[in-house]
Amino acid sequence: MSSPCRVRAERLLALLLAAAVLAGCEREKRHIGPSGPEAAPVIQTTPFVPGGAQPLPKDPRAEFYENNAFEVAQGARLFRWYNCSGCHSNGGGGMGPALIDDQWIYGSEIEQIYGTIQQGRPNGMPSFRDKATEEQIWQLAAYVRSLAGKNSQVASSRSDAMAGIPPRNQASPADAGKETPPKRLR
Amino acid sequence: MSQSALHPAADQATRLLGLWDLMLWVCAGMYVLVIAFLAWAIWRRRRAAYLIEPEVMVSDPGLERALGGWAVLIVVGLIVLTTASFLTDRALATPGERPLKIKVTGQQWWWRVEYQDGPVERWVETANEIRLPLGRPAEIELASDDVIHSFWIPNLAGKTDLIPGRTNRMAITPRRAGRFRGQCAEFCGFQHAHMALDVTVEPEAAFEAWRARQLAPAAAPADPQRAYGQQVFQAKACAMCHAIAGTQAGSRNGPDLTHVASRRTLAAGALPYSKGALAGWIANPQALKPGTNMPAVRLSADEQAALVAYLDGLK
Ligand code: HEC
Ligand code: HEC
Ligand SMILES: [Cu+2]
Repeated sequence: MSSPCRVRAERLLALLLAAAVLAGCEREKRHIGPSGPEAAPVIQTTPFVPGGAQPLPKDPRAEFYENNAFEVAQGARLFRWYNCSGCHSNGGGGMGPALIDDQWIYGSEIEQIYGTIQQGRPNGMPSFRDKATEEQIWQLAAYVRSLAGKNSQVASSRSDAMAGIPPRNQASPADAGKETPPKRLR
Repeated sequence: MSQSALHPAADQATRLLGLWDLMLWVCAGMYVLVIAFLAWAIWRRRRAAYLIEPEVMVSDPGLERALGGWAVLIVVGLIVLTTASFLTDRALATPGERPLKIKVTGQQWWWRVEYQDGPVERWVETANEIRLPLGRPAEIELASDDVIHSFWIPNLAGKTDLIPGRTNRMAITPRRAGRFRGQCAEFCGFQHAHMALDVTVEPEAAFEAWRARQLAPAAAPADPQRAYGQQVFQAKACAMCHAIAGTQAGSRNGPDLTHVASRRTLAAGALPYSKGALAGWIANPQALKPGTNMPAVRLSADEQAALVAYLDGLK
């Protein structure tokens, strides 16, 4: 026998599920065109700034690329096309450092990763300023963050690459959106 | 340019058209019979009602014979169609003599075409166009780099899917010279509709002349503007995705551009080739083929003009 309380709980659950499904619509929203939202680039290279720790300036474009599964998937394709995997493997690291762990030489904010890819870094990371469009660098940066589980809510559930987090369809709902998920695959 | 399965120009398409005709006539005959029976049944019922005959007719030898004949007709019809379909399938699967080996790889949203015929140094790569020598069977190997596509040149043969991780094969023996249009026949994303193939069937001598031209590496640019264009190509993102034989650009993410100006279309049939179309494409591919995997690369007016002059010279 179902009590009124239980019925209410079920209704609430159905409502929550519907909300979750609707929220999913935005997850992969695509824009098609020459590039994403334009704004003057605000790029902070490293967290080492004179005068101690200061909050990093936020780039207004970052969020658009960061929270969109389509943009992250484009980044995954470019990671292969531009041969990032030649030096970083599928994220696990080789001649270049691992990208799926939580150790960052040049910072883990998306603006910092953008800077790393765009400008290159002295110990062997080439600059992609002329070799990739701005939009592509954002996509790559968003993908690199998803490898490390920094934006796990848009990470691909189907991927041949290594990742620091369980695939989305195996993660428990409670983990979604967490910076460092408790369960690691490795 | 023709795109029609009803005007076959190769053995395979002729076979398929024969099967199609047989099916059409067998099914049309059966359809006419069914309708005739139906009409007859309606007419008969009216007559029975007119006579006001309450008891049900127990036996009707004429109807029983007709139904028996009908069952026989269905069985025979199905046997004829099954046998014909089996024979056609077998004929399609039989490779011809001295086949020309071509590998076609589908990618979102264009075709990589590699002639893997003879020794490796004679292999040729192009994109979105296929040339076939008249009368010589071609053995086409089909692969995909991303999602499922389907290879279909209606005038020459039926469809065959390109499936990631699997190689399919098909044969085409062209019998009539001409230009035909091929098209991806499996929905594969945004620009599926603009994923066409420019197919030419020509006498073997003309084909060999074309192949010899394609085999040559890109000619070194003679004038300074084109030389600058080549530098731009190598310094900018273009070289990350495209190959031009005879230069340092060797990436295979996008179409091979070694002889891009010798093609009749750009971007898998999205637009006919011209210098203007080329300039427009490079300036903003997303405007001409929204969603395509080629980005708009930021270039100065000089760089853009030099690049177009350089590529337009790659005949
Ligand atoms: C030629 C080899 C090479 C290629 C190609 C390459 N990288 Fe790197 N990458 C490196 C090396 C080496 C470092 C470490 C640089 C340093 O310590 O100064 C690095 C560092 C990085 C970092 C910073 C990691 C940290 O801990 O801060 C990121 C992010 C990165 N690469 C992303 C990419 C992406 C994305 C691509 C493809 C567009 C790419 N790399 C292509 C070699 C490479
Ligand atoms: C990220 C990879 C990438 C970059 C960078 C890139 N392209 Fe492309 N290019 C492609 C792809 C993919 C296609 C096929 C597009 C289609 O048909 O949908 C293409 C198609 C073309 C075509 C038409 C080829 C044909 O046979 O129809 C030309 C010409 C071309 N690109 C020139 C350039 C030039 C010039 C640059 C540099 C300014 C450039 N591309 C940069 C990926 C790229
Ligand atoms: Cu398609």
